[in-house]
Amino acid sequence: MKPKLVRLTLRQRQILWAYAFMAVSLVFFVVIRWYPTILAFNISFRDWNVFEGSGPWVGLDNYADIWKDLFKPRSAVRAAFWNTIRYVVFGVPSQLVLALGVALLLNQITRFSGFFRAVYFIPFVTSFVAVAFVWNWLYAPQTGLINQMLAAVGLPMQPFLNSPDQALPSIAAVAVWRGLGFAIIIFLAGLQQIPEMYYEAAKIDGANRLQMFWRITLPLLNSVIVYLAVLGAISFLRMFDLVQNMTFQGRGGPLKSTTTVVLEVYNEGFASYNMGYAAALTVILFFLILVITVIQLRLLTRRVEY
Amino acid sequence: MTTSSYTSDAERTLQLAERIVGPSSRAPRRLSFSVLAAYILLSLGAVVMVVPFIWMILTSLKPAPELVQFAFLPRNPTLDNYVAVLTTSSFGRWYFNSLLVAIISTTSVAFFDSLVGYTLNKFDFPGKNLIFLGILATLMVPTEMLIIPWFTMSVDWGWHVGIMQYWGIAFPGVITAVGIFLMRQFFDGVPNELIDAARIDGVNEFGIWWRIAMPLVKPAVAALCIFNFIGNWNAYLWPLIVASGRQYYTLPVGLSFFRGEAVTEWEKMMTGASLATVPLLLVFIIFQRQIIRGIALTGIKG
Repeated sequence: MKPKLVRLTLRQRQILWAYAFMAVSLVFFVVIRWYPTILAFNISFRDWNVFEGSGPWVGLDNYADIWKDLFKPRSAVRAAFWNTIRYVVFGVPSQLVLALGVALLLNQITRFSGFFRAVYFIPFVTSFVAVAFVWNWLYAPQTGLINQMLAAVGLPMQPFLNSPDQALPSIAAVAVWRGLGFAIIIFLAGLQQIPEMYYEAAKIDGANRLQMFWRITLPLLNSVIVYLAVLGAISFLRMFDLVQNMTFQGRGGPLKSTTTVVLEVYNEGFASYNMGYAAALTVILFFLILVITVIQLRLLTRRVEY
Repeated sequence: MTTSSYTSDAERTLQLAERIVGPSSRAPRRLSFSVLAAYILLSLGAVVMVVPFIWMILTSLKPAPELVQFAFLPRNPTLDNYVAVLTTSSFGRWYFNSLLVAIISTTSVAFFDSLVGYTLNKFDFPGKNLIFLGILATLMVPTEMLIIPWFTMSVDWGWHVGIMQYWGIAFPGVITAVGIFLMRQFFDGVPNELIDAARIDGVNEFGIWWRIAMPLVKPAVAALCIFNFIGNWNAYLWPLIVASGRQYYTLPVGLSFFRGEAVTEWEKMMTGASLATVPLLLVFIIFQRQIIRGIALTGIKG
């Protein structure tokens, strides 16, 4: 061994190496993750305009404003919160049911299963913006493919994105369509983990397919369902890309019927430069996601015994 | 939890992901009614998944007057739309920007996430649990909450002007908590005896990580890279906010602004959408097994 100026024990050297390995990352997490998190809370308590530096402390005023806006009949924020809930309520169950259905069908077949899996996965790798364009065109009034097909079979054409009633489900459907492939893969992983012998035992006991599904498949997929439901709920709570690119000038119309919390954060913060108010909205979003995550942890610690 | 149960856990995930993408182990079933029904339903679903993209490409090949006549295939296929879009907008530049940002962050993530994951797994040092928890806790904070602080920081530090915009777009994703968490678990598969042996042979710690541990977790690193690359390539909200100059837009941001220019010229919009998606679709078709395995790995673990 070469002589050294300072002799360190093996353990001391290990500690030095460990911190040297983590140095850049620790700086990153402190400066780019922790500090901005605290800053977000801080900004939410201020009347902050980005181009004037830090604004005056206004306490809970921004939150009080949001609270007031929630009760104003035609306010954008009220619409945003209600719509966001609608996206979750409409999107999550349809995504879960469709994905589980496809996964079960994929489990039935052997030939071409790889091909189908890839096909269902395609939209997941494409960008939301491109997907939004394509569906804008499919939903287009008169000339859109869907309306042309409706007309061809003698059904009335639909306004889709131009109707305050249909716009939100139309956009949510695109989100479901895009995310389906991911949920299918996770369901397939869950299905693979269910031991084949359970089904064999059930068959011997004379159970039919429906019984096997309700009594074996569904209960044993419990943790996968909770995981996907939480992931789905969080992604619908964060809806932005599609709404911004599927509504007129990205405003969440018609009549605010599709706007979301994140779209209002963007509009308040980066169009009106009302940063304090926007930051308060993101803090509320943070707590919503936190609650859902905590519920997930609670549900998942109740483990299913095989 | 003991180390050995972690090992089997990480290995099991790898095997599971492999099983999902691998050829079916079961014998082909006889063509019964239910199997036939499954094929029919799956095919119908597959049409819904694929037709939007086919329709996109077909529209981009049609001259404008053909859009109002309902015909699935173009009567006079033309590349005029592509020529028009490529000459009047900055698609080439946006490609380059997206590629650059995605490569920078993916390389950085592969390096730093693996290094920190390795350190948290194989080293013993004071503050280890606190650091791990401190990193994991950031997963609870949604990006949307950070965009306003990031923006004020970028303004303060000049990350939203000129060439610095590349860094401005990339910086939030150059190290990720998910990746560290993932890699920390996968380094369990590397036996401690191997590391000790290398230490005795006089390999320094960095060399042990880079030359001995890293090659053993290649599938996990590849999965992480794929997951990260797709995420960065499609990232929209933050690049939209921080990129102020048209030349610095990434593809999704450029595409979105392109919508304002093309308004209802659907053939132009579909050309733009095709330009943005077709290369990625080709990459997906070629590497679909690796990509799905990668997503399955990160999805199951994450």
